[in-house]
Amino acid sequence: MALDRSDVTNIADLARLAIAEDNIGQYQEELSSILALVEQMNAVNTDDVQPLAHPTDAVQRLRSDVVTEENHREKYMANAPAQESGLFLVPKVVE
Amino acid sequence: MALHNLTLTQISQGLEAGDFTSVEITKHFLDRIKQLDQGENGINSFITVCEEQALADAKAADERRAAGNASKWTGVPFAHKDIFCTDGTLTTCGSKMLSNFIPPYDATVVENMKREGAVCLGKTNMDEFAMGSSNESSFYGAVKNPWNLETIPGGSSGGSAAAVAARLVPAATGTDTGGSIRQPSALCGLTGLKPTYGRCSRWGMIAYASSLDQAGPMARTAEDAAMMLNVMASFDSKDSTSIDQDVPDYTATLNDDLAGKVIGLPKEFFPESLDGEMKQTMLAAIEKFKELGCTVKEISLPSTDLAIPAYYVVAPAECSANLSRMDGVRFGYRCDDPKDVEDLYKRSRGEGFGDEVKRRIMIGTYALSTGFYDAYYVKAQKIRRLIKNDFVKAFAEVDFIMGPVTPSPAFKIGEKSGDPVEMYMEDKFTLSCNLAGLPGMSIPAGLINGLPVGLQIMGNYWSEASMLNAAHKFQQVTDFHNAAPQGI
Repeated sequence: MALDRSDVTNIADLARLAIAEDNIGQYQEELSSILALVEQMNAVNTDDVQPLAHPTDAVQRLRSDVVTEENHREKYMANAPAQESGLFLVPKVVE
Repeated sequence: MALHNLTLTQISQGLEAGDFTSVEITKHFLDRIKQLDQGENGINSFITVCEEQALADAKAADERRAAGNASKWTGVPFAHKDIFCTDGTLTTCGSKMLSNFIPPYDATVVENMKREGAVCLGKTNMDEFAMGSSNESSFYGAVKNPWNLETIPGGSSGGSAAAVAARLVPAATGTDTGGSIRQPSALCGLTGLKPTYGRCSRWGMIAYASSLDQAGPMARTAEDAAMMLNVMASFDSKDSTSIDQDVPDYTATLNDDLAGKVIGLPKEFFPESLDGEMKQTMLAAIEKFKELGCTVKEISLPSTDLAIPAYYVVAPAECSANLSRMDGVRFGYRCDDPKDVEDLYKRSRGEGFGDEVKRRIMIGTYALSTGFYDAYYVKAQKIRRLIKNDFVKAFAEVDFIMGPVTPSPAFKIGEKSGDPVEMYMEDKFTLSCNLAGLPGMSIPAGLINGLPVGLQIMGNYWSEASMLNAAHKFQQVTDFHNAAPQGI
């Protein structure tokens, strides 16, 4: 499927990606050609095929509901781009 | 023989025999990295060199050996792809987004190597978030192929491949989502193995496409790859897709007899369009397996051509979900002066990710968006079933499937970077293994125009030991794996 400029803007918005106005045309072209490649899948009828979720059809393991993580608060916070009083700092969300 | 020409196994034996200490060999490799990897004309295979830590670990390893409790790996130098989280050591995944990320924990694969006392010399360069086949998408610059500095080493584990090929380390870890161990191994003349999905823990391995990602060894010989997989592989309750299956000693069966083994040659891996020299090189390698007692059978994997389209739905879809955690809030890159939280997310991601990563996130976001999920993601998962069924049918009749890893030897840096779809074609022989979750490996099969190419060996689920056995026997009667780039 060929995308138009507004599709690209919409996808970038959904993906929370800022892309420059000047680059929209290039993304439009590249993403459309990738989708054209992907749509070769449509050449095959898969109506009766079960989707494959796990290569060896393994199922999710269950585990006991016990605490396994130790507290490493300071270590984890060390990577924060901005913090205050031990909390992650972001721009004001609620007016 | 110069220390850097020793294989992993020989280094392990040399340490055991007391021919040299871990500190000596660690210094030797660190010096080589300084000489050959860094600076303008360097290979650029390392993002981070852990000199101080490596020397401390080497000293500790020598003490452990003196105390009498060394393992085969104690004191043996190697490198990790920069996709594995290393506690306290910068882990970038080749991205500006993580250019300041110091993981607070070790990946399970990292922990496994540490427990043995292996000495990690540093973190190797890679395509950004493992998305690429040429190592040109790294924020830290392209890696050069030691066989010809104007060509790409392959990707995404291109730094690991180039480092091993240049004898900067005897082996390195890699990860393979669509060919990222096998393709660079082929283009740099190495032996690389992508195990069965679930064999090595994905915990602490930065996720690209979770249902495809798998870690594995990149080394010079099958014997070395076996020694490495022995330690990398483990069941891990922290990875929900890890499979609880015993890890055999992969070195124990290397010399088993190959007589009577059947090799399947899928006609889809030898299309009319395949380069004549590549075809001849592959068939000559397969001839060696016949001499070792194998028989050859033509087979068909009819869904092979659907692997590229299915992969470019599944991988981008999963990456768009996995990479949503990079939002500039808790770790990683954050843009300057965000005006509100939406602006913070969008600009941090827009500025922190490179072009290929953005393209794949956008394709994935589109494929998963309302109204398109069935047409793309579910359709691709159905194609995966068809691809898997082809293999199940084939492995009822054959022990191994063989063919080329890549359509051609390494191409020039910059040659394909302008056209994403053309670049994707590079992976046409490697993707189906990942989609089916099967193990695949690349072994050196000779040179074309002075550049190495690889023979791909695919095996049934959990048949890594037999594949390594086949590769090792081949390497006992051939010399391709001993070839080294000029001046190395």
